[in-house]
Amino acid sequence: MQIIESSKTYDVAIVGSGAGGGMATKILSEAGFDVAVLEAGPFFDPAKDEDRNQLRWPYESPRRGASSNRRSFGDFDAAYGGWNIEGEPFTNAPGTNFWWFRSRMLGGRTNHWGRISLRFGPLDFKRKSVDGLGDNWPIGYDDVKPYYDKVDKLIGVFGSRENIHNEPDGFFLPPPKPRLHELYYVKGARKAGIPVIPSRLSILTKRINDQRGSCFYCGQCNRACSAYADFSAGTCLIFPAQKNGGKVQIFTEAMVREVTTDKNGKATGVNYINKADRKEYHLKAKVVVMAASACSTARILLNSKSSVHQNGLGNSSGLVGRYLHDSTGASRSAFIPQLMDRKIYNEDGTGGMHVYTPWWLNDKKLDFPRGYHIEVWGGMGMPSYGFGFNPNDLNKVTGGAVGGYGDSLRDDVKRYYGATLGVSGRGESIPQRDNYCEIDNDVVDEWGIPVLKFNYKWTEHEVNQAKHMQDTFEEVLDAAGGILLGDKPGADRDYGLTAPGQIIHEVGTTRMGNDKRESVTNKYNQLHDCENVFVMDAGPFVSQADKNPTWTILALAWRASDYLVEQVKQRNI
Amino acid sequence: MDRRDSLKSLLVGSVAGGLLVTGCAPGSENAEVPEVASNDLPGYGRTEKEKEHDRKVLAQEFLNEHELETIAVLVDIILPSNADFGSASDAGVVDFIDFIVKDMPNNQLPIRGGIAWLDSHSNKLHNKVFKDLTLEEQKAICDTIAYPGKTAPELMAGERFFTRMRNLTMTGYFTSEMGIKDLGYQGNRPGVWDGVPADVLAEHDVDYEPEWLAKCVDQSKRMNIAEWDEEGNLLN
Repeated sequence: MQIIESSKTYDVAIVGSGAGGGMATKILSEAGFDVAVLEAGPFFDPAKDEDRNQLRWPYESPRRGASSNRRSFGDFDAAYGGWNIEGEPFTNAPGTNFWWFRSRMLGGRTNHWGRISLRFGPLDFKRKSVDGLGDNWPIGYDDVKPYYDKVDKLIGVFGSRENIHNEPDGFFLPPPKPRLHELYYVKGARKAGIPVIPSRLSILTKRINDQRGSCFYCGQCNRACSAYADFSAGTCLIFPAQKNGGKVQIFTEAMVREVTTDKNGKATGVNYINKADRKEYHLKAKVVVMAASACSTARILLNSKSSVHQNGLGNSSGLVGRYLHDSTGASRSAFIPQLMDRKIYNEDGTGGMHVYTPWWLNDKKLDFPRGYHIEVWGGMGMPSYGFGFNPNDLNKVTGGAVGGYGDSLRDDVKRYYGATLGVSGRGESIPQRDNYCEIDNDVVDEWGIPVLKFNYKWTEHEVNQAKHMQDTFEEVLDAAGGILLGDKPGADRDYGLTAPGQIIHEVGTTRMGNDKRESVTNKYNQLHDCENVFVMDAGPFVSQADKNPTWTILALAWRASDYLVEQVKQRNI
Repeated sequence: MDRRDSLKSLLVGSVAGGLLVTGCAPGSENAEVPEVASNDLPGYGRTEKEKEHDRKVLAQEFLNEHELETIAVLVDIILPSNADFGSASDAGVVDFIDFIVKDMPNNQLPIRGGIAWLDSHSNKLHNKVFKDLTLEEQKAICDTIAYPGKTAPELMAGERFFTRMRNLTMTGYFTSEMGIKDLGYQGNRPGVWDGVPADVLAEHDVDYEPEWLAKCVDQSKRMNIAEWDEEGNLLN
């Protein structure tokens, strides 16, 4: 079967339609470029009723919203796929338990993410200078700040001005008031001497333009917003780019196999399989922007071998796929007796938490480097599959019978509804050269493309950090008046440290740097080895802070797109 | 309309009787079911692959009539009606379980085997299958398997089955329209969150800090387009 050649040559081919690909689409199309966006899943628009997950009831689903291997986070979560994608496996080397979350749809994982939108601070770009571990970024906060400012204004983020050095303030919308269980957290945190501030989420508590609505407080951002009142790449970047008259051609169900190059090693476009007809196509482009997610981009680059790029495109350093790192995670929850038999009212609020704790011990000497922030959960949420399981287990705490049957089970469920307060730590790990993804030569996916194999182990730094989290959780939940639930995970369970990949903040596979032997891209996300290929997902991250990566992906993609436009104008590309 | 028909109509909305699958022989999951294309569920935001999956599951049969009748008896013992709300089966829990054992096949052996265990145990005590016992006899059996930690070792299989059934019953009920009303959940509708109601706050020993409240959104201005000064201070 022959590869089908596109007749047209696009100015830019953008591989992936998530945060990075969405931003590149907007900036490059508005600069007048003719842009092709390739997405490996279907089109998705949460305002279309056939795509809508929002405001659905559990009984609209015959499995009552349960998770499945078609949607890992449940029937109404706006991520098609998840930990497993049928026909598109990945493998783990012996001793590795890496989890890889992929969402196949326009907008990618931005449709369902937690909207936690934190800027990296001045310390976060230069951590090696602080603790001697890992590497500094080739850029600093001042390089990125103007772009964070622009992202805040373009997309919208609520928060509060707090003047905390490593948690820079931005152009914030006002935050929503805390919910009741969050006030209990605030009380616990105050007592424990831990800071707590309004959360910073990219949800519109006020309008920011006349194309997007303001939040109507259904608490369902993970289902994607039909009013476009939260950030997702489709609703906030790609659709506006199209409406602004940009030349944007979207190729959905387009699974990119490789970046093609000419005899001089310069990129000429991409080869992709159209999932609808299973045929392979060549899309010609003068510039290629990789934004398929850190690991998918690494996979495509490693699969793009040629006589010039014998180890894969951009891989003369041998570092493509290396320094892969995810956030650390650990959780605990408590039963709050004062929240038993609550008066029931609508407290859906925005998606996610209204309060959080930023890392507070930068100045303290601890037995682990870096830090973590604390997220807060609980409340009277909408039931879905699993709600009502073990309906009276908490009777163990309050002294009633456990199990049984009859009308009293109704009372049990109501008595404990909304009486749990949970906390989760999300922390910074130390990037390791030996944590990496590579091509598994033994396995291909259903499109015939060799898949990724993961090699990843946590170090004592991450384990010690998880231990600190558990101690803090106990202290703060106890101070909030809670009765801790479950056992405190100990050393035998790595203190409840999540498996790598599970926090879905994987970054670092094409890290940026000034030395082309020690990095894959330059400080403008451009491959050292191939000037007309850029990486605009989280691959270029040198380190990931304890901050969720999306806001930084957006800022860096905007910065890299500006640079790309300038380079084209100067005829350097 | 038998139970299986009611499942189909529940999920499909309105469907002509001739399209319904009425066979109920054990093992009939292999039987040919030609009307799949007509069995689309009402839309709930499914992808094409998900629609295919739902069609396939709906076309299968796993639990037989006896098993479904036993489940109907059991779920109503677990959650009977009260003055204000119907029983588990009134809320559609039997249909839900019928679907979920096909959709989550890891339930199939425990539920089929659990019902067989219950019938065998019931036969031993009363020479009748469980569903044909009097309510008092049924409850007497449940009393021996419904309280984890108090179950005789030889009845542990029964306890495990009962726990599974209680979980499916409770989740099936509280995710139904009736169960959500019973629970009193007030959300899943457009609204404006403006903090914990004052009367609720008064009952708790927590409160809003004035400095914190000063940072929060003024909901009367939420429709105004945000403007900032150069420092990032919100002007409106």
